[in-house]
Amino acid sequence: MSDKQDTPRGDSDPSGEEPVLYADTVGEYVPSDVVGRQAATAEHDDQSAFRQSPVLDEVVGDLPRTASLWGDAWRQLRRRPVFIISAILIVILVIISLFPGLFATHDPRDCNLIDSLLLPSSEHWFGTDLQGCDYYSRTLYGTRVSISIGIIVVFFVTIIAVIGGSVAGYYGGATDSIIGRITDIWFVIPTILGGIVILSLIRSRGIATVSLVLIVLGWATLLRLVRSSVLAVKANDYVDAARAMGASNPRIIMRHILPNAIAPVIIVSAIYVGVIIAAEAALSFLGVGLQLPAISWGLMISVAQQRIITAPHLLLFPGAFLSVTVFSFILMGDALRDALDPKLR
Amino acid sequence: MGRYLIRRLLQFIPVFFGATFLIFALVFIMPGDPIRALSGDKPLAPEVVQALQERYHLDEPFYKQYAIYITNVFQGDFGTDFRGRPVSELMADRLPVTIRLALLAFAIEVVIGLTAGVVAGVRKGKFFDSLVLVATLAVLSIPVFVLGFIAQIIFGVKLGWFPISGYREGWMSLMLPAFVLASLSLAYIARLSRTSLVENLRADYVRTAKAKGLSSRRVIGIHTLRNSLIPVVTYLAVDLGALMGGAIITETIFNLPGLGRAVFDATRSQEGTVVVGIATFLVIVYMVANLLVDVLYGVLDPRIRYE
Repeated sequence: MSDKQDTPRGDSDPSGEEPVLYADTVGEYVPSDVVGRQAATAEHDDQSAFRQSPVLDEVVGDLPRTASLWGDAWRQLRRRPVFIISAILIVILVIISLFPGLFATHDPRDCNLIDSLLLPSSEHWFGTDLQGCDYYSRTLYGTRVSISIGIIVVFFVTIIAVIGGSVAGYYGGATDSIIGRITDIWFVIPTILGGIVILSLIRSRGIATVSLVLIVLGWATLLRLVRSSVLAVKANDYVDAARAMGASNPRIIMRHILPNAIAPVIIVSAIYVGVIIAAEAALSFLGVGLQLPAISWGLMISVAQQRIITAPHLLLFPGAFLSVTVFSFILMGDALRDALDPKLR
Repeated sequence: MGRYLIRRLLQFIPVFFGATFLIFALVFIMPGDPIRALSGDKPLAPEVVQALQERYHLDEPFYKQYAIYITNVFQGDFGTDFRGRPVSELMADRLPVTIRLALLAFAIEVVIGLTAGVVAGVRKGKFFDSLVLVATLAVLSIPVFVLGFIAQIIFGVKLGWFPISGYREGWMSLMLPAFVLASLSLAYIARLSRTSLVENLRADYVRTAKAKGLSSRRVIGIHTLRNSLIPVVTYLAVDLGALMGGAIITETIFNLPGLGRAVFDATRSQEGTVVVGIATFLVIVYMVANLLVDVLYGVLDPRIRYE
């Protein structure tokens, strides 16, 4: 088995979403949950000799069928209301952001000045804004900007953090020092402040520009987290074992370290989507984020602030959507933490 | 302790130059001509442009410009605004308001956040604990500017307890903005101190203390709190730096004449030098706060000193 262990096998997928193990009896690669199930069954057979003891029977019967962290976490998550609520909210928000037209009652840019600043009614569920646009449709279309910026930014930030953090944590020494010092520098520049400085100098700002700036400014915290997580996993015996078997460094990182070090990163990434969405809204609110005619909650609130007394609905609806969106991602992070971090159980 | 202190101070130097260089470089690589921005719609005569370029060293190479800039910063010169007024003068004007606001917010988050967190931690799983968890989650989810407007509508307009905006009534005008500014950190501190306390209550030394027959008040008050507040204290120190920078949104909403409002006004009027000058200052404040935290951590937790 040891000589086959090192045969390169689609190692290009570092995420390891579907961990695949080598099963020596089958002679081909099978998804880990299948192996896990087989292993669990085998265990039961071995223990059948001890089945006479009812106490033991009870204990063995209660054993989880798969013992992996992810299988365990998933079983926990499925039953937790916090996870179910946040997952449903996120799925709804993603569907709205992909197909806002399905739910909108009007074209968000088809506005009639006669209908300016109407209060909520059966025709305009959230009322209308100063230009007479249907506010319900505009609020729905605003989901698209927030969700896409949140996901794009966190996707790239996580990639940067995972690569940089695992290289720094695994190789140590001079590599670690260089990456560490660069991270220190980025770490002392607050995201909103840095965003204001850079974005105020750019004349036309779209989703791509704002995302890029938030990626450039936002990776330091997550990289530190990946590094410390990798350092903790690196100390395990199985890493030494893999090295003794002659596995290459990239292979050790991707096969043995990252799958075990990624849990805290996933937790923080989920929360970070909410943080980035709030940051984009704040920047747009301050007038250095997205620009009209873009439809963004931050921009809508920025326009609404002059009329918070006469037309509070202009503030209320985008504010509520924004808060619920941030809320669902923070809640998702909380649920994942409860399931993935055994220390806090 | 001495060696630890020296090592931290030495590590501070590259971070200082790196961060100021980063701000400078990010601004430098941006497209746009500061002199064109200065002249507005009407183009300036070429001689004037050249004179201005020489005066602001814009004809010098990049690294030299940075050297001049950082030397000036060391002498307290953060550049001048479009009217020729030094940015440092503007900052001296605005700083007192921001410091007052930050201190008030800081006091609020320490008193309320810490109390809520400690009580929740001691009564883990009880009603108050759940209440704190739900309330902090809600506060963490509502962006500061939405919270600010809600506070204005409820406490300013409907109830009339506090002035809605401006700085005419001194400390009274700062109350509402301070609560809004403190909200995020308050929620975070409550959660942090709760988690830390709960973790420490399971520690071996707590069991020993209980086994000795000490009262639970003494076990929590003397033994557990001291240890579990270490992460909270270090967070608080960073937060004081962050509060000063984070005041941009709050000061804008409540129309307070502080540093954050100055940054906002400068972005509106496209005065790049003011934005960069104040941003540099705020980053330095934040950096020094971070340094103090590291030192404080070493004082509070001797294990940190022996990395």
